[in-house]
Amino acid sequence: MSVVGHAPPPFFKRGPAPLVRLAFFVSLSLVLLVADLRFHTLEWARLAVATAAWPLQRVTGIPIDAAGDFGGYLSRQRALLGENEELRRRQLGTANLLLRQDHLEQENKRLRALLEMRERQPVEGRIAEILYAARDPFSRRVIIDKGGQHGIAAGQAVVDDIGVIGQVTRVFPLTSEVLLLTDKEQAIPVAVQRNGLRAVLAGAGAGMMELRFLAANAEVQVGDTLVTSGLDGVYLPGLPVAKVVKIDRDSSYSFARIICAPLAGVERHGLALVLGGRTALPPQPDDAPSTPDQPTRGKRVKKKVR
Amino acid sequence: MQPTHSSRRILLPVRNWFIVLTLFLALVLNLVPFGRFPGIPDWVALVLAFWCIHQPLKVGMAAGFFLGLAMDVADASIMGQHALAYVLLAFAAAGLSRRVLWFPLAQQAIHVFPLLLGMQLVMLVTRMIAGAEFPGVLWFLSSVTATLLWHPITYVLLTPQFQPEDKDVHRPI
Repeated sequence: MSVVGHAPPPFFKRGPAPLVRLAFFVSLSLVLLVADLRFHTLEWARLAVATAAWPLQRVTGIPIDAAGDFGGYLSRQRALLGENEELRRRQLGTANLLLRQDHLEQENKRLRALLEMRERQPVEGRIAEILYAARDPFSRRVIIDKGGQHGIAAGQAVVDDIGVIGQVTRVFPLTSEVLLLTDKEQAIPVAVQRNGLRAVLAGAGAGMMELRFLAANAEVQVGDTLVTSGLDGVYLPGLPVAKVVKIDRDSSYSFARIICAPLAGVERHGLALVLGGRTALPPQPDDAPSTPDQPTRGKRVKKKVR
Repeated sequence: MQPTHSSRRILLPVRNWFIVLTLFLALVLNLVPFGRFPGIPDWVALVLAFWCIHQPLKVGMAAGFFLGLAMDVADASIMGQHALAYVLLAFAAAGLSRRVLWFPLAQQAIHVFPLLLGMQLVMLVTRMIAGAEFPGVLWFLSSVTATLLWHPITYVLLTPQFQPEDKDVHRPI
């Protein structure tokens, strides 16, 4: 018997209908998706939550670390001895180069001064350990154990002992996130080491990369080494990046399809070097210099006769 | 409350703190950095589906939404990707809860599998629209593992509600 002014018994109250709730939460999620994808406005929230969850994340990593340590403990002594021997041999092999590097750098500096060129920026870096790969299966990112507290900034290049592996994209106080070269959203300006041909290398998924926007008859061969060109002002020039493994010159497309494999252990774990930021390049010249004789709409301008 | 509707066993009422604890533990398990190793189940999705089926009045889309946000941050994926998938999962699971609980556990798992697979498909579509790469067919293996875990996890999560069966042979009914 419901009387006007009396609420129904509480056990019939269940809030809004399921479909209404579904519509509410789905639209909320879609708003978040668009806000993050298009406008990148949620970085601060991510930073706050990630910082709060950092101790928990380290704790959950302990069993994996322990399993890895245990596996390493069980690795045979002979393997370790062999690796030791190999490392010593490599060190001797490179000692010659290392000893002469100082001398060569000095000489390079003097020669560059003679030629009145800009000095090459000295490389400085910070060693970081790759903690783990981010769980997101759709992108290729790793987390390293150095963050804003250690002077890491977003945009810095990350290399290992062979070549470039990626770029710092997000910096948390104690960790940072590195977007690997093989990610689809990552692009890096490179030059072919053999002839200096410039191009843009982008991730192609499945651990490979693709050299984009090169004409079908571009002078690239299988086996060419690609190094950073340094034109972007982010990567230092001359760092090895990738090797060309397959070229598909189809004349029906204007661009060649050039597949490259990364040189460095991009998908491997271990130690990495975060290179310091580069000094800024000189500002680019404006595309449209505002000179007074700029043709404007509705006005005919005589061509200059030389 | 019974373990399944066709069972004759009566369960104790569920404790709220136990639901919160299990969802939190699932979140912690999801934080374990396995990287791209295939076949690791999405523990949060599994436990969320379990509670949505067994306790649709207590756990629902709001829980799915907030757990999804936590997973988005932990996974470094796009904000809202897991939230959207978990909300849809919670809705479907709550809708199916009246039906699923009539079946024995193996057939319940068959009902749960399309739910989990659908959740993964929602995430896939979201990310592919955003321009991400296809993670490979092996990624769907995590739904299969989670489905195989439905049987054991039912016993684990219902353990505190079981009461000792006292068989009284002299009782008239």
